[in-house]
Amino acid sequence: MSIGLHNSEFKNPVIRWVDSRLPLFTMMQKEYGTFPTPRNFNYFWNFGALAIVSLMIMILTGVFLSMNYTAHTGYAFDSVERIMRDVNYGWLLRYVHANGASMFFIVVYIHIWRGMYYGSYKAPRELLWMLGVVIFLLMMATAFMGYVLPWGQMSFWGATVITNLFSAFPLVGGHIVTWLWGGFSVDNPTLNRFFSLHYLLPFVIAGVVFLHIAALHVTGSNNPLGIDPKGPQDTIPFHPYYTSKDSVGLMVYFIVFAVLVFFVPNMLGHADNYIPANPMVTPTHIVPEWYFLPYYAILRAVPDKLGGVLLMFGSIALLFVLPWLDGSPVRSMRFRPLSRIAFLLFTVNFFVLLYVGGKPAEEPFVTISRFSTAYYFAYFLVILPLLGRIERPLPLPESIARAVLPRGGGPIRMAATAKPMEKA
Amino acid sequence: MADLATPPGSAPPAGTAPDTGGRRDFLTLATTAFAAVGVGAVVWPFIASMNPSADVLALASTEVDLAPVPLGQAITVMWRGKPVFIRHRTPENVAAARATPLSQLIDPATDESRVQKDEWLVVIGVCTHLGCVPLGQKPTDQRGEYDGWFCPCHGSHYDPSGRVRKGPAPLNLAVPSYTFMTDTKIRIG
Ligand code: HEM
Ligand code: FES
Repeated sequence: MSIGLHNSEFKNPVIRWVDSRLPLFTMMQKEYGTFPTPRNFNYFWNFGALAIVSLMIMILTGVFLSMNYTAHTGYAFDSVERIMRDVNYGWLLRYVHANGASMFFIVVYIHIWRGMYYGSYKAPRELLWMLGVVIFLLMMATAFMGYVLPWGQMSFWGATVITNLFSAFPLVGGHIVTWLWGGFSVDNPTLNRFFSLHYLLPFVIAGVVFLHIAALHVTGSNNPLGIDPKGPQDTIPFHPYYTSKDSVGLMVYFIVFAVLVFFVPNMLGHADNYIPANPMVTPTHIVPEWYFLPYYAILRAVPDKLGGVLLMFGSIALLFVLPWLDGSPVRSMRFRPLSRIAFLLFTVNFFVLLYVGGKPAEEPFVTISRFSTAYYFAYFLVILPLLGRIERPLPLPESIARAVLPRGGGPIRMAATAKPMEKA
Repeated sequence: MADLATPPGSAPPAGTAPDTGGRRDFLTLATTAFAAVGVGAVVWPFIASMNPSADVLALASTEVDLAPVPLGQAITVMWRGKPVFIRHRTPENVAAARATPLSQLIDPATDESRVQKDEWLVVIGVCTHLGCVPLGQKPTDQRGEYDGWFCPCHGSHYDPSGRVRKGPAPLNLAVPSYTFMTDTKIRIG
């Protein structure tokens, strides 16, 4: 080995020259080529890769939209209409970007669901999980500010209602809101800063995604059985096995995406956002984008302003401490007969919240939203902590190979031989 | 605490006091405090730049001629990017507002404290819940259960004094600062 250079195993002289000085290729090979991955992933394990693809699509379309977008209250709406009518393929860029946000949230919601069902948040992956929650929060902030940019009625009033949430805090609330606005109402300074931040945050997200994956590559992936791989018979190299499995999921993702963009591009949006913003008239029925509806339902379930705001923020803050609320050492809910039922109910309940969040604040929706909010919090604060103590889990399989291979994968070879896999 | 930095047995260099833990703690604290002040001084301009700028603050007053507003009707004017409701109240409106006992109010305030001339109510037309513009300015609008305003967003009701009577809004519609320049002309702000 020459002193100071990395000992590259690549044969191609150009790659080898670069790799000996900056071992990026070795790193990619280790982290995405030979990376030993549990052999029993199901399709729920596609969604991390799909989320990364979504982020890349958003950044790509966003950068090109920005070339034609004007962040000024007098021009924003018209500049978006110009993108739709006059800019070459502008309609495509915008519809991909707008529906891409929905696709991103669908993917991330399923990704989070996967983590909650298979206990991926538990030790040793707590930090990995918390970084995920940070990404989720940043995504919500980004999408919220993005929706303000076209400066339609929903943009304006959505921004007004959401920024006003901060006025609920005693004493400082009013100052915070003025500071967020840069004025005395949502206006040009607000639009400008939202555009600036909307451009910035996705790159911050990309940074946190990097940390999220770095943490993943320390602990390794969880799997549907929730037990640790014990040796080489339990894992397979990431490439070609999971690169190809991810590609299957990616094709399905693109089909759904294409159906949205080319056949029903406005289905998930709101017609009022094609009316230019008017600070003097509130639309009769303000709704946020669909991916915020469950939290909006929680906000409105509480008759008290501050209480509603606290509960809404609390509903997401709970995700941060989930690893410590669930005390059960068993990860996968496949082996937790009671938690599994409670969690499936939680899932249904989440859809109920999503549904009532989009309805006017009238009966019976108010009552339903109160019950659903109660169950949402009970699941985290009562049911999971309690079941962690009293539930009797089903027996866990001896190893992944034993559980998923026809003849149990032969005798179990223990961790001592679990060296990195040979190249695929 | 014993001095760990000086090897045992060696005397401190001439002219320096013996290095005690207290002195070291002081240096650490002083340096940290200095750095904190520095960071604060750097962060401050960034935070402050997001507050309303001088030109936004300068746009802060509006003059309104009240003469064309008939009794019982209302107009909406724009002030600081927000709607301001000006209602020409009927004597019945005023009587109803004044007859309401304070104990029935969510945010108790007398009607007298909210107006300068009995027949003119001037309030900021922004719901104190989450900032929607309540209905009730046009004769065809719904005015809510107290014949004032009704906020469609989450169902708050206001009375003819702009006081919240029902719903999630915690406070009465705000009264901006304004002055009567003549009997029929006001300046808001
Ligand atoms: C996390 C990634 C992102 C999300 C979730 C997101 C979300 C959104 C949403 C929901 C809209 C409103 C779409 C509409 O109804 O018209 C929007 C608009 C916009 N976004 Fe993004 N965005 C992301 C990344 C980006 C990036 C990286 C840029 C710029 C580099 C960008 C630039 C724009 C522009 C210029 C608009 C206004 C044009 C329009 O409304 O279509 N976005 N974004
Ligand atoms: S904003 Fe008026 S009731 Fe919520």
